[in-house]
Amino acid sequence: MNKIIKKQILNDSTILMIIDAPKVAKKALAGQFIILRVASDGERIPLTIADFNRENGTITIIFQVVGTTTKKLSFLNEGDFILDFVGPLGNPTIIDGLKKVAVIGGGVGCAIAWPIAKALHNQGSVVHSIVGFRNSSLVILEKEFKNVSDKLIVATDDGSYGQSGLVTNVLEALINNSEKYDEVIAIGPLIMMKFVCELTKKYGIKTTVSMNPIMIDGTGMCGGCRLTVGGKTKFACVDGPDFDGHKIDFDEALARANMYKDFEHKAFDNTCNLFKKEQN
Amino acid sequence: MLNTHSNKNKMPTLDPKTRSKTFSEVATGYTQDLAINEASRCLNCKNKPCVSGCPVSIDIPAFISKIKEKDFLEAFKIISQSSSLPSVCGRVCPQERQCEHNCVRGLKGDSVAIGCLERFISDWYRENQKEPFKKVSQNGHKVAIIGSGPAGLSCAGELAKKGYNVTVFEALHTIGGVLVYGIPEFRLPKSIVESEIKDLSDLGVKFETNTVIGKTLSIMDLFEDGFEYIFIASGAGLPRFMNIPGENLNGVFSANEFLTRINLMKAYKNSNDTPIWNGKNVAVVGGGNVAIDAARCALRLGAENVYIVYRRSEKELPARREEVAHAKEEGITFKLLSNPVKVTGDDTKKVIGLECTKMQLSDNDASGRCSSLPIPNSNYTIECDCVIMAIGTTPNPLIKNTTPDLKTNSHGGIIVDKETGLTSIPNIYAGGDVVTGAATVILAMGAGKSASLAIDQHIKNK
Repeated sequence: MNKIIKKQILNDSTILMIIDAPKVAKKALAGQFIILRVASDGERIPLTIADFNRENGTITIIFQVVGTTTKKLSFLNEGDFILDFVGPLGNPTIIDGLKKVAVIGGGVGCAIAWPIAKALHNQGSVVHSIVGFRNSSLVILEKEFKNVSDKLIVATDDGSYGQSGLVTNVLEALINNSEKYDEVIAIGPLIMMKFVCELTKKYGIKTTVSMNPIMIDGTGMCGGCRLTVGGKTKFACVDGPDFDGHKIDFDEALARANMYKDFEHKAFDNTCNLFKKEQN
Repeated sequence: MLNTHSNKNKMPTLDPKTRSKTFSEVATGYTQDLAINEASRCLNCKNKPCVSGCPVSIDIPAFISKIKEKDFLEAFKIISQSSSLPSVCGRVCPQERQCEHNCVRGLKGDSVAIGCLERFISDWYRENQKEPFKKVSQNGHKVAIIGSGPAGLSCAGELAKKGYNVTVFEALHTIGGVLVYGIPEFRLPKSIVESEIKDLSDLGVKFETNTVIGKTLSIMDLFEDGFEYIFIASGAGLPRFMNIPGENLNGVFSANEFLTRINLMKAYKNSNDTPIWNGKNVAVVGGGNVAIDAARCALRLGAENVYIVYRRSEKELPARREEVAHAKEEGITFKLLSNPVKVTGDDTKKVIGLECTKMQLSDNDASGRCSSLPIPNSNYTIECDCVIMAIGTTPNPLIKNTTPDLKTNSHGGIIVDKETGLTSIPNIYAGGDVVTGAATVILAMGAGKSASLAIDQHIKNK
């Protein structure tokens, strides 16, 4: 049982929580994730560590309410407890030796991109952050990114805030403007990461992506998180979650992400109905 | 009086048609009369061949004698002197290859049904004795056990009985390892595992869930935290795949994932949030107990056709005979001498079939089993919307990767001294599947017990 120290609503569907988890905080590094469970009859879901504080023994998570478990999690408040909380899992993002990096975050993926931008900034790398959202109401972590970036460009699909367009448009413009990056680190929806990788492949820029597939245990046991990287099967939980984006079979990953879509819709609706009943 | 009947008393079971639709336990257990009648078949041999077949050396004729005398409590005490999880072993041990294999009655007719008797006694105890186990006085020595499966629990129980301060670390949110995530409810009800674990808690064993050794804490952290000895029993958790085309299509699962969703995450209960892939036609690849478990689970989830696809013949199936018989009764089809070569999918990347090659048996290979060879131009396709790979597991490398001095073999198994379980690092022992690769519950328990004795001896010799 881990206590929720702080809860902050970032936008309509995105929530930040600071969790008391000293054991996890002691070992956590940027790029790693935790797995949590909210109810005794509930799923285990992986969430990337958005921030950690070793002194206070806390882990920050940022999540979007997309399914049953994130919905149930969103009902919890400061002072409540999360039933199960385990980590840090996966390998940290390798940032050693990088001098100039474009960090790309898409939507709630910014929660994962931000700690990496911060770690890069702290080691003295030049950080250009490109963060994209569907519209102005979904923008999160702008100030946080600003504090750790040498250049920050916010883009919205509908142009309601920042630059109009997709992160790939922004990145391509920067590249064409003679910006030279050692590496691009892209974290966001699979489709965004796929198109970023197609673009950077064209320009020959090494690109790392963070994969967040369906998984149960996070220790290599279930194999549910497998994906094809360079023609070989890898487990995101123990071999990743970071991979060379140019080698990933994104179409397969996209199909696998939708594996339980029908089931999830049903369970999500049930949870919402239960919540409505409780409110009445 | 000796019961000279050459056939054993059959274990009562639920009717196959009824049970194939529920997760209720298949074998319902001996009644008192059946147990006493079966116990009376025991010859009480002086040289006790059955005991030498038991990995934890339960004094089998002694506990059976007590059943004859209707002294069930005493029978339980005899079993629990040697076994930390009697009601588990009574259910899932392959007795026919161990104690019962050595039984003199088996030379002419059936062996004494030792497993059924063990189960009867442990169930009787659980249902009739409410007094919790008593803590013994503590000796002040701290031992950390990594993994709460059969090896870990057995080692923990034995050490706690000797007064050690034992903490068991578990990566998942529930204690029990393969007993809770792997073996299905209908073969081993989880309430029974919980009850065994409660007995260990009463003995003073502490449990820490959600702790991944190698991630949350390292082996060295444990020593720094004051543990003097460590027993690694992290199991063989990594699922093997065949590396054939189409294996990552939607609808292909490792048996680990499929069974974990069902057993640990209770996907078979409608009230639960855990998603599960409800296949109509399910092909399970492999011939061991895990394959049979997965197949029978798929059937209970409502599959219309369930196939076991195995590359050798029925005689070579590594699963227990009893489980194979149960599976057949329930309507599972065995596609023997068949080896998958490709999983086929539709344009949405969903499974639609499993292409197999027909095989023929040839001479015995190095392992003593006959090998199987493909028959040219014999490919055929099993139409299915779900494929479950149950072809074995390998030891989890998380601890090995974070403990540089820990020596392992080419399969990733931790190298240990055969008798004591001592690894290449002083004060660190290991046992169970993390050493042997996937094996049985009772062999793991035996290894846990041996390590407990070795640790105790080592401290006493200091």
